[in-house]
Amino acid sequence: MTLADITSAPPASMAKAADEFATLAPSPRELMRRRAKSHIGFLTGMAIILFFIILAVFAPLLAPHDPYDQNLTARLLDPVWGPKGTWAHIFGTDAFGRDILSRLMYGARLSLMIGFTAAAIAGVIGVTLGIVGGYFGGRVDAVVVYLTNVKLALPVILVALSIASISGGSIIVLILVLGLLTWDRYAVVVRSLTQQFRDQEFVLSSLAAGASHARIIFREILPNLTNQIIVVASLDMAIIILIEAALSFLGLGVRPPTPSWGLMVAEARAVMFFKPHLIMIPGAAIFLLVIAINMAGDGIRDVTSPEGRG
Amino acid sequence: MNQVSVNTEQPVLEVHNLTRVFEIGRSWLKEGKPLRAVDGVSLTVKRGEVLAIVGESGCGKTTLSRLMLGLQQPSTGDIRVLGEPLVGVDRKAFARRVQPVFQDPYSSLNPRKTIGEIVGDPLIIHNIGTPAERLARVEAVMEQVGLPRRFIHSYPSQMSGGQRQRVAIARALVMKPEVLICDEPTSALDVSVQAQILNLLQDLRQELNLTYIFISHDLSVVEYMADYVAVMYLGRFVEIGPAKRVLSEPKHPYTQALLDSILTPDPHKGLPNLNLGAGFPDPLNPPAGCRFHPRCVKAMPVCATVMPKLFHIEDTDVECHLYDGVKA
Repeated sequence: MTLADITSAPPASMAKAADEFATLAPSPRELMRRRAKSHIGFLTGMAIILFFIILAVFAPLLAPHDPYDQNLTARLLDPVWGPKGTWAHIFGTDAFGRDILSRLMYGARLSLMIGFTAAAIAGVIGVTLGIVGGYFGGRVDAVVVYLTNVKLALPVILVALSIASISGGSIIVLILVLGLLTWDRYAVVVRSLTQQFRDQEFVLSSLAAGASHARIIFREILPNLTNQIIVVASLDMAIIILIEAALSFLGLGVRPPTPSWGLMVAEARAVMFFKPHLIMIPGAAIFLLVIAINMAGDGIRDVTSPEGRG
Repeated sequence: MNQVSVNTEQPVLEVHNLTRVFEIGRSWLKEGKPLRAVDGVSLTVKRGEVLAIVGESGCGKTTLSRLMLGLQQPSTGDIRVLGEPLVGVDRKAFARRVQPVFQDPYSSLNPRKTIGEIVGDPLIIHNIGTPAERLARVEAVMEQVGLPRRFIHSYPSQMSGGQRQRVAIARALVMKPEVLICDEPTSALDVSVQAQILNLLQDLRQELNLTYIFISHDLSVVEYMADYVAVMYLGRFVEIGPAKRVLSEPKHPYTQALLDSILTPDPHKGLPNLNLGAGFPDPLNPPAGCRFHPRCVKAMPVCATVMPKLFHIEDTDVECHLYDGVKA
């Protein structure tokens, strides 16, 4: 460093600018990452969901047997921890001699697929209605509130049951029915949040800059709702998985011999006092997945908006 | 209405007889009651001038600013920028001419956008320039308002109140508007930061020859910023004139009461006695005659029945019966 460098120190304004930058708080994303790393519920929930997703996606590679393969000589085998269990069938076999573990893996596919797509359909419907009603208010909002009230008055399980029994339980129908029956929660949450954001000065600024309503909805309001939408979606997905299991259990969901957790519980009813593990294993899978989704959803809320925690 | 400016240059902003009526409590069963939030306001501002609008909460300042921004449509009246009428035209045309700086820099910046996105957004809305040109303009305007270029990728939550207000000013300036409508731009800031923002606004006015409508209830800020002051009461201007004269020789009893209400740091003086008596009247049932008469210390019998005319005294316009005898 020469003398010239020292004497030609940067002007005061630049030094001040550097100071201001030095005191800059960490970015929202960085703060989120830090909170996520120390949130046990979020980490556990995500780990379990990830585990189920891997099982579902790679079921054809991971499953030890074909889930449809019946073997009447190997019916109702004990799980590996039972008196006559073998490692060939870790969770044993059902009344048709099908491998429980393999059916569980393929069942995860079905539960996750139905849960995800139905929650996505419900999300699109509910978010659209909620944001339009909340933003435009007045008569538009009155229509949205009316539709939501009508929806809230519908008994979900009953309607799903009757439609499934009429149409005879195809997966597509199941997804559509569950998607059309669970959007109300999105609409209610998104509508009230949109009403809060609509009057914020940043929306007014955007209006004063000449932005269209569509631009304000998509660029100013929607990005502020994503976290809450993810939280609602996770809860919705858990509910849908439970309803699907319940419908399949009642014989109105997916049809046998499709591997479905609800169906597996139903099929085990006849032998539940002799082979309780046949009910407990798919039941535990439903329980574990639903609780993991709820934990992850709660975690996402805590991680993304700590100010709303209370 | 007012002949506040003597030079013959075309005014940048002209507002003529602007009125905005809201219907309150309207339902399909009954008609609403009219609330005249802004009731016949006229003003003229020349290039480079600052007109301050002062008045209590609820007097219609905010509605007036929303009308001048094109965020609400006036019930009657006319707004012209450089002679060009803006009422009823596209909001985008307003946006190029008139831009806002809002009060609360914590809610005026979208928490999900970076500073660069916020400042550059109006350019995208109006489809101005290529991405590279837009970036150059954003950087230039950030420099003008004293924001280091490195903030461009930061989020509002990472910044202080003063820095955020600089971002809001940069966003307002990015389209090179003629008029900035500053709605209490410093009242949400720390006192130490207020001065910085006011100085920035003064510097920008000189550099860019900007015109400000400055809405405030802080009379010391008004004194520092304004060339002209309009005093608003229940939707009307009761006094409008050069800032020095209005603040030193207030003519309307309401202006006098407002000036008396300034708090001083001297603890021995106690709270000022406003002599304003009853609270702010119900704007749904404004008093007959002069709207200020129920609270006025100088009220006369005529005030309760007859609406005062506008009197032009020296270089100030004032609506008050005290000047009935004075030749306008």
